[in-house]
Amino acid sequence: MKTVTFDSPAQGTISYVDKKRGLWWMSALYPLFPITGLVLHGLTGIELMLLVPMAAAYIFVPLFDYLLGEDLSNPPEEVVAQLEQDRYYSRLLYLAVPLHFITFFAAVYWIVTQDLSMAGYLILAVGTGMTSGLGINTGHELGHKTDPLSRLMAKIVLAVPGYGHFCLEHNAGHHRHVATPEDSASSKMGENIYAFALREIPGGFKRAWQLEKVRLQRKGKSMWSPSNELLQSYAITAIIQISLLIASGWMLLPFLIIHNFLAWWQLTSANYIEHYGLLREKKANGSYERCQPHHSWNSNHVFSNLLLYHLERHSDHHAHPTRHYQSLRNFDDVPALPNGYFGAYLMAYCPPIWFAVMNPRLLKLQHIQGDLSKVNILPGKREAMEQKYASLVVA
Amino acid sequence: MAKYQCPDCGYIYDEATGNEHEGYEPGTRFEDLSDDFACPACFVRDKEDFALLEKSSLKK
Repeated sequence: MKTVTFDSPAQGTISYVDKKRGLWWMSALYPLFPITGLVLHGLTGIELMLLVPMAAAYIFVPLFDYLLGEDLSNPPEEVVAQLEQDRYYSRLLYLAVPLHFITFFAAVYWIVTQDLSMAGYLILAVGTGMTSGLGINTGHELGHKTDPLSRLMAKIVLAVPGYGHFCLEHNAGHHRHVATPEDSASSKMGENIYAFALREIPGGFKRAWQLEKVRLQRKGKSMWSPSNELLQSYAITAIIQISLLIASGWMLLPFLIIHNFLAWWQLTSANYIEHYGLLREKKANGSYERCQPHHSWNSNHVFSNLLLYHLERHSDHHAHPTRHYQSLRNFDDVPALPNGYFGAYLMAYCPPIWFAVMNPRLLKLQHIQGDLSKVNILPGKREAMEQKYASLVVA
Repeated sequence: MAKYQCPDCGYIYDEATGNEHEGYEPGTRFEDLSDDFACPACFVRDKEDFALLEKSSLKK
């Protein structure tokens, strides 16, 4: 256990031990987990074993979140600078990048060399895609850093599922406009995840290209210049995936399409649950109030947070986007998800369950208290929501 | 030449160096940045939020 200390003139020496320090290896190594499915299949010859990593993610992670509960502890502010300078935490992020490639190539190898049934092929494509979606989370943490190495690593890991536009879209698009009706990556009350995906995936793509166009125009460069950072990441994707197709033939094409889409879908799932129905107030001058911790749904469930580099401490992340994962804080009285992200995704995939759980939770939030004018609501759904939740809505 | 700082993440816009990545040439004055300029590090603070940090002895 490493102790961080700070000599405060007012409070004396402040000591802090990050109890999660060694546990962050879980986030770094989790990308390799799907390989267990290949190993089990290889050992037993039972194709269904390919399903084990996915089943574990969606059964055991929500269960462990439920059983292990929440971690509400925060590092003292005085030691945050030291925590963020500790290269150990960044190295764990860098480590995850090649691991995503290893899992992706291992799955491709398995598809090409094993005589899989249609079901086995689909399970492997979906499972590998979900893991590459996890890679978008790795790219997310890296992409918020300002040093060139982290940004390069983000571009590389986002290339696995062909989502190289994510960093720009997320940082300059989503963070700037989060919890407003204009943000394609903030879901609205009454909007189901499938309708949201049709708005979020093309919306993010379009916004990223618009932002990159403006940046390149300032530099006097064309959209098709090698300086285009979206194209740089897409080029890595194209080289890898086209080479694999040439080497393995068309039988790999459905795998690549399903894999890429499932990774994007993982991001859609995260975006869907992170700001559902939350709305920043519009000021008299037409701009929105600053993003506050209550503009994100938060989860302090310890197990899934350890698998996701603290992504679920989303309130602090949006209020202060450059804060590193190891120092993200819990805040009292912020919107809280009933389970970690894996459990919340399962609810979201079944819209009636999601609406039944989350709509009352949204309306009961301290800063909303039934006032629908403070909710990011799907246009045309207001009346239906007023009727359905009459006891919770304040006229 | 002056420096301006983002109050949230601490990013410093230095007029002397500009911001090459974002396409702001060295010598680009803060007041000449577009009105929709956002902090290029955290993106959650706008131009109006930046605080003047210091002015060097060099005259504009």
